[in-house]
Amino acid sequence: MSESAEVVPIRPSIRLDTDALTLTDIRLSHEGRNLLDGVIAEISSNGITTLIGPNGAGKSLLLRVIMDLVKPTSGVVEFGDGFEHPALVFQRPILLRRSVRANLNHALKLAKVPKADRSGRLAELLVAADLTRLAENPARALSGGEQQRLSIVRALASNPSLLLLDEPTASLDPSATKAIEDLIRNTSAAGVKIILVTHNRAQAKRLADDVLFLHQGKIAEHTLAEKFFQAPQSDAAKGYLAGDLLL
Amino acid sequence: MQDFFDAFQQAFALIASGDPELIGIVLLSLRVSLTALILACIIGFPIGALLAVSNFPGRRAIILFFNAAMGLPPVVVGLTLYLLFSQAGPLAVLELLYTPTAMIIAQIVLITPIIISLTRGTIAGLLAEHGETLRAMRATRPQMVMTLLREAHPALLTTAVVGLGRAFAEVGAVMIVGGNINHVTRVMTTSIALETSRGELAMALALGIILLIIALFTNAAVYALAPRSRELAHV
Repeated sequence: MSESAEVVPIRPSIRLDTDALTLTDIRLSHEGRNLLDGVIAEISSNGITTLIGPNGAGKSLLLRVIMDLVKPTSGVVEFGDGFEHPALVFQRPILLRRSVRANLNHALKLAKVPKADRSGRLAELLVAADLTRLAENPARALSGGEQQRLSIVRALASNPSLLLLDEPTASLDPSATKAIEDLIRNTSAAGVKIILVTHNRAQAKRLADDVLFLHQGKIAEHTLAEKFFQAPQSDAAKGYLAGDLLL
Repeated sequence: MQDFFDAFQQAFALIASGDPELIGIVLLSLRVSLTALILACIIGFPIGALLAVSNFPGRRAIILFFNAAMGLPPVVVGLTLYLLFSQAGPLAVLELLYTPTAMIIAQIVLITPIIISLTRGTIAGLLAEHGETLRAMRATRPQMVMTLLREAHPALLTTAVVGLGRAFAEVGAVMIVGGNINHVTRVMTTSIALETSRGELAMALALGIILLIIALFTNAAVYALAPRSRELAHV
């Protein structure tokens, strides 16, 4: 069955937050297609926000716009007082052809962490990712889950206040997924705001404090996770949660 | 046929005896070609990497120029440098003609485009893989260049070997600007050409054998350095 629900952009229904990340009418067109079509959202500076929606909705693109890797055609991304700088973890970890330790050391150097502080910080990151025993191993020889944990803590090397995760558990087995989810929860508990793109509705349910539902380049719904999964408001979200194929 | 085997026998005897003239020619060849290679790498690696990671007007024209320059005819390079360094040339005051320095410059002109073009290709490939991640990590352009150059080091070693091969094999340019002067600018390739034309096959063969040994040794050295890179790569 297929369904094409019309999406009307809505204002966020969660509380207004002066520390928030504000997306104002973000539009991005490419070859006549509106990939992002007026995204409006106010994302609080704490907790875990999941960004969900069907394939091609513009989720990964929106992360890249927030990260300033892609310039929108129009619209503004404003970081509130609660954000210093963001970091991004991609779906497919791209690691340097060096050891686990050398990968983290490189990230700490880029993040301008003073040399004297690097070894302590590096040890913390290894512990956080549970990779201490693999520190000297070639990073590219790690399993998929280990590589993704490494890329998450590598992103944390710069002490970001916002961590953007683009489907970090795609194609991982349940135990690797659980390890990543634990790392995400711990990172959030440490005060880092998380915006997580996922296709996995169960994962969104497990992790999310609030949900941004993106469809056809627009925010179709932005609400608290519990409310979203119990009583979605938009037709598109209802269809998505019912397992309909949204076009 | 007897002459053929005699020539080989004499060639090996020359090598085994450590003939001072032979050793002098080999050492000068090594000095000229290795100096040229090191300087070409110092110039070529960063320029190649910058061409890969930068975008500016005229970049494509520069890339095309260096790609075309990989096939520069050595005699044309030699002739151009000869005209520049000769008594009537604009650089006569440097008094470089018929010196090893002129030969080094000729080899730099010949191998730098090779180093630049191969480095650019390698770094462009790595940029496609790592570019977005490095930009997300807020790497500056120089940091990106340094990271990718280090990431590319096994391929850059091969690039250097290609450059060295070109330098060692070069005859035309060094013959013109060096003059093939005994004990001053005579290197292995120019000496082989000279000795062959004089019918002194033993010396020519001895130098040829040493040239081959150097080529084999260089490749073996690169291969010996590679395992650590392969171990860390796991691609």
